[in-house]
Amino acid sequence: MNGLMKHHLFWPLVVLAALLLFNLLYSPDFFQLVMRDGHLYGSLIDILNFGSPLILVAIGMTLVIATKGIDLSVGSVVAISGAMACLTISEGADQQAGGLVLTAVGMSLGLSLVLGLWNGFLVAGAGIQPIIATLILMVAGRGIAQLITGGQIITVTSPAYEYIGAGSLFALPFSIFIVIAMYIAALLLTRKTALGLFIESVGCNPKASRLAGIRSGLVTVAVYMFCGLCAGIAGLILSSNVSSADGNNAGLWYELDAILAVVIGGTSLNGGRFYLTGTLVGALIIQTLTTTIYMIGVSPEITLVVKAFVVLAVCLIQSESFRKKLVHRWKTRRYPAEREVTRHV
Amino acid sequence: MKKAGKWGALLALTGMMLVAAGCGNSASPAANSSQPAASTPAPAANNSSGGSGAAEKKITLGFAQVGAESGWRTANTKSVQESAAAAGIDLKFSDAQQKQENQIKAIRSYIQQKVDVIAFSPVVESGWDTVLKEAKDAGIPVILTDRAVDSKDTSLYVTFLGSDFVEEGRKAGQWMLDQFKDATEDVNIVELQGTTGSAPANDRKAGFQEVIQSNPKLKIIASQTGDFTRAKGKEVMQAFLKAHKDIDVLYAHNDDMALGAIQAIEAAGLKPGVDIKIISVDAVKDGMQAASEGKINFIVECNPLLGPQLMEIVKNVVDGKQVEKRIVTKEGTFTSEQAKEALPTRQY
Repeated sequence: MNGLMKHHLFWPLVVLAALLLFNLLYSPDFFQLVMRDGHLYGSLIDILNFGSPLILVAIGMTLVIATKGIDLSVGSVVAISGAMACLTISEGADQQAGGLVLTAVGMSLGLSLVLGLWNGFLVAGAGIQPIIATLILMVAGRGIAQLITGGQIITVTSPAYEYIGAGSLFALPFSIFIVIAMYIAALLLTRKTALGLFIESVGCNPKASRLAGIRSGLVTVAVYMFCGLCAGIAGLILSSNVSSADGNNAGLWYELDAILAVVIGGTSLNGGRFYLTGTLVGALIIQTLTTTIYMIGVSPEITLVVKAFVVLAVCLIQSESFRKKLVHRWKTRRYPAEREVTRHV
Repeated sequence: MKKAGKWGALLALTGMMLVAAGCGNSASPAANSSQPAASTPAPAANNSSGGSGAAEKKITLGFAQVGAESGWRTANTKSVQESAAAAGIDLKFSDAQQKQENQIKAIRSYIQQKVDVIAFSPVVESGWDTVLKEAKDAGIPVILTDRAVDSKDTSLYVTFLGSDFVEEGRKAGQWMLDQFKDATEDVNIVELQGTTGSAPANDRKAGFQEVIQSNPKLKIIASQTGDFTRAKGKEVMQAFLKAHKDIDVLYAHNDDMALGAIQAIEAAGLKPGVDIKIISVDAVKDGMQAASEGKINFIVECNPLLGPQLMEIVKNVVDGKQVEKRIVTKEGTFTSEQAKEALPTRQY
């Protein structure tokens, strides 16, 4: 039991379970899944479907944070990638054409990689602190997205493109499969090759790792590019889900949600260690919380306060020193008079 | 000298009046005119050239837009930009990306650039007093377009040009009343609100509620913000559909949220417009398209083409003419059939 509680996934899973349990008590058919038009339909599916962009961004963010960096530009990259794809499709002669959609997807993913490379170059090449380096693209990126969309919302009618975010495969949303693929890829790359160790050692001490023979600059750039790619895919899912690109609002505050998911998952912002599965659970907690708030009808004025309270509770439960203090107080609770007596005797 | 501004002349005139008031009735007219000339030589000099040169100066208008949140806003922006060009008004345009602080920054920069008139659509209703006071102190008239502010001091702005959002809500509510006047069972309504705290969200909610109150069978069972965006509209509607099995009517505060909600309703295997009746506000092209397909049952129009009217007011304000404190735009409503007829001739 003690070993179980020490596991880094224990508390995140407890929180997720508590949220789900609350939903179960509040509305018993929360877990109900029905087949509708050949795909599963229910709240759990919604959570996975709407949560998939966040999970993707958070996976990328985990690796960046593992190198003691941070990427604030993911929200903007999400917007740029969606805008690029929708623009390409809307300018094509036949929006249904598969080739056009593939070109659009290829172009936005390529662009996302370039944006990641830009971040990586600023951090590893120019030696700018990650929070500043990525802040540049965070601010400029919204402008780039607006430039691409011309300040408008681009609407596309392309079933092939819509499939990415709203289609379903084997009765499950297609976006879930994208997430699983990326998650497994990240897991294999970092845990079955030495890359994970490289990332962790760069996060601990980039100079020492370089002296030990790791090309830490290359590792850093690669990690930012991977994060850019993840954000790019998330942007495709988001924009194809509603068949439109909104340069202003797509992926707004995603960087903060993603960082939160990473932290809830147990990865320290100090770098050096990372838990991909923890991040996955963290992102699911955030999306479940959002869905729960919609379902129980919290009035929109106080939605953010409710969210903040839950997040605060989650973070406090996660904090080991807070837990220890709480337990300590509980165990050594004595009345002042009692203490007095002990001292005098 | 010929390029001398009409505004400069106006300033000089006001300055003269102030000085005249300060000096009291003992001062002679000659003394009056010499005093502003000493403090501000340029405007006093224009005074002699009078109105002849003034008409040639281009009026500068600073316009702080909310941001590209929806098709409606895009049409609104286009209308302002096109009619400014047509009216020969120099337009300084800024996009606040839905953030109040950006808009305040934009207005401050317009004050610094000494534009002739400032016009803006406030992102939210409250918190404008300070910056409007700054504009007033700088002597720059402010016109509110399409959204109001809740400021107590109405002297802070010249006029408010825009739709009456409460009336829009009432129109939507009236249609509900007429449609469901024979209802024997409860009619369950869900509401997708606009950005929390914005004037259209507050007013469309209030107007709607005010009208449907008269029939106790009409009940709003859930209300949540969809931020006026399609993605949020879809996400919230999906949650509504899971939480409430018996939704009869959806009231969305704009077309984009309704369009997102339609996707959610279709995904749930229901027919939008049939299984769930949909009322929306705005009447943008995509919304009208959906209405003509029968997916939206009733649209209350909210006319974004304020540009020509705005330029008219700007000219009047600069000319020093009196303008009405509240100018309402002309708007109608559309049922599905009417939408089908109107669609080919819609500009936005």
